[in-house]
Amino acid sequence: MKVNIQAKIIKKEKLLNDLYKFSVEAKEIAESAKPGNFIEVRVQNSIEPLLRRPISIYNIEKEQGIIEFIFQVKGKGTNILAQREVGEELDIIGPLGYGTFTIKNYNKVAIIGGGIGTFPLYELAKELKQTTNTKVDTYIGFRTKELVVLEKEFEQVSDNLIITTDDGSYKTKGFAINELKQNVEKEPVDMIFACGPLPMLKAVQSYAIEKNIPCQISLEEKMACGLGVCLGCAVKTKNSPQDQPQYWHVCKAGPVFDATDVEI
Amino acid sequence: MNLEVNLAGIKMKNPVTVASGTFGYGREYSELIDISKLGAIVTKGTSLKPKAGNKPPRVYETTAGMLNSIGLQNPGVEYFAQNDLPFLRKFDTKIIVNACGSTQEEYVELCKILNTLDIDGVELNLSCPNVKAGCMAFGTTYEGVKQITSSVRKVLDKPLIVKLTPNVTNIQEPAKGAEDAGADAISLINTLLGMSIDINTRRPHLANNMGGLSGPAIKPVGVRMVYQAHNAVKIPILGLGGIVTGNDVIEYMLAGATAISIGTGNFISPDTSIKAIEQIEEYMRKNKIEDINEIIGKVQMN
Repeated sequence: MKVNIQAKIIKKEKLLNDLYKFSVEAKEIAESAKPGNFIEVRVQNSIEPLLRRPISIYNIEKEQGIIEFIFQVKGKGTNILAQREVGEELDIIGPLGYGTFTIKNYNKVAIIGGGIGTFPLYELAKELKQTTNTKVDTYIGFRTKELVVLEKEFEQVSDNLIITTDDGSYKTKGFAINELKQNVEKEPVDMIFACGPLPMLKAVQSYAIEKNIPCQISLEEKMACGLGVCLGCAVKTKNSPQDQPQYWHVCKAGPVFDATDVEI
Repeated sequence: MNLEVNLAGIKMKNPVTVASGTFGYGREYSELIDISKLGAIVTKGTSLKPKAGNKPPRVYETTAGMLNSIGLQNPGVEYFAQNDLPFLRKFDTKIIVNACGSTQEEYVELCKILNTLDIDGVELNLSCPNVKAGCMAFGTTYEGVKQITSSVRKVLDKPLIVKLTPNVTNIQEPAKGAEDAGADAISLINTLLGMSIDINTRRPHLANNMGGLSGPAIKPVGVRMVYQAHNAVKIPILGLGGIVTGNDVIEYMLAGATAISIGTGNFISPDTSIKAIEQIEEYMRKNKIEDINEIIGKVQMN
């Protein structure tokens, strides 16, 4: 169930120069949140910036009633958020989104993420490892060595972790999708889960559809309410006519969609 | 203390309603707040047939405001009547349906159907800036507003509120057009047409290039126009534009609004409207106001 709560910040970690991880006390959200859900954070009690910031949930600790999220400082809102300190309360609505990653017993799955899109995939991998017998191969790609984060964390929740950098400065050189393709060709997977930059998602989507592999992708779009009211975060439905496009909404049908349902 | 107001025959327990397009059909917010506390709910703009809406990006945040170009996406009146209305009726609040169309015939057909439904009033949307045909095209002149309002008036027995656009030189003209055609009330303002440009790509942030500006940034424009309209017509006014606190509500009422709508404020916090009601009560206690109707139009100009 969605709630609007004042969540106390209990831990703040700077992962990179512009990347922060917050742990907050949010019992009601932790209780019902699923991998793929997001929250809407009001960065401060003011009309400027006006809107909440949608941020994906990185980690859910149900028993402790804690959720964690990671965000990149990109503009006004996230800059203010980065200055919030341990002990302060954050105004949060969540868990949001009805389309979440499907957790069930698979034989083997591939999880692929790029850059800041890797964060919501951690809870997914964690739940698959903790609650099912699924073999999890995780592929995460970064631009360069300095931007690689969460290696240890993903290692703990994956059977195989493949890290790529675009420039080859760390681990495998190239795009994560190429590694995924090579391995999937050798040993098939029941599902591909993806979150990351649009070019990566497009490549994953077309590969999965071509090879007939079930695939779920997590999308983002500019949004105002996050609740399914403003209808701002539209994304085109697959195969809807060019002259009469039909739309889903990221906050309602998503943020996680079947690859065969959306045109990105 | 009396908070009850009568807007064009719609008796509301308080003057706070939620604006069209910012509250859907009540379902989503009903999980987070007690929507029975609201004076009324103005539904999402609803048309005769379903509308898919505009290309994304549809929203963009600006200073103390936001631009939107949703394009009136809605499931159509038939779907509303079957699925959303029965749900909304479970709550102890008035239901005002925001009605939109692209031709006069469409408005009339739609209002014929609305007239048969269990709703408390109709807000005729002559002011959406985001659809090419209809809406704002009718809403900018005395004659345009009068013509379409008259044709709707003939088929609609329920309270009729005409929603006006601020994208005009003189708001008094369309306001009079609505009154002369038999509207029971007017509501204003809809969003102000705006634009925002990405300086790196040199393209507008919205796919539709331009969109409607809402939020606290536009409040002074709304207050001014409500004041001007109040001086031009005798019918009551539903005031809106940038309201986020009880004090904002009081300001609009002093300018001449009988009731108000909270719009973008709902996105900031789901309980903005509920808190505004509490703040109105606080203002009344502090200023020893027995009846909220006492303050309508009571601004004293310099």
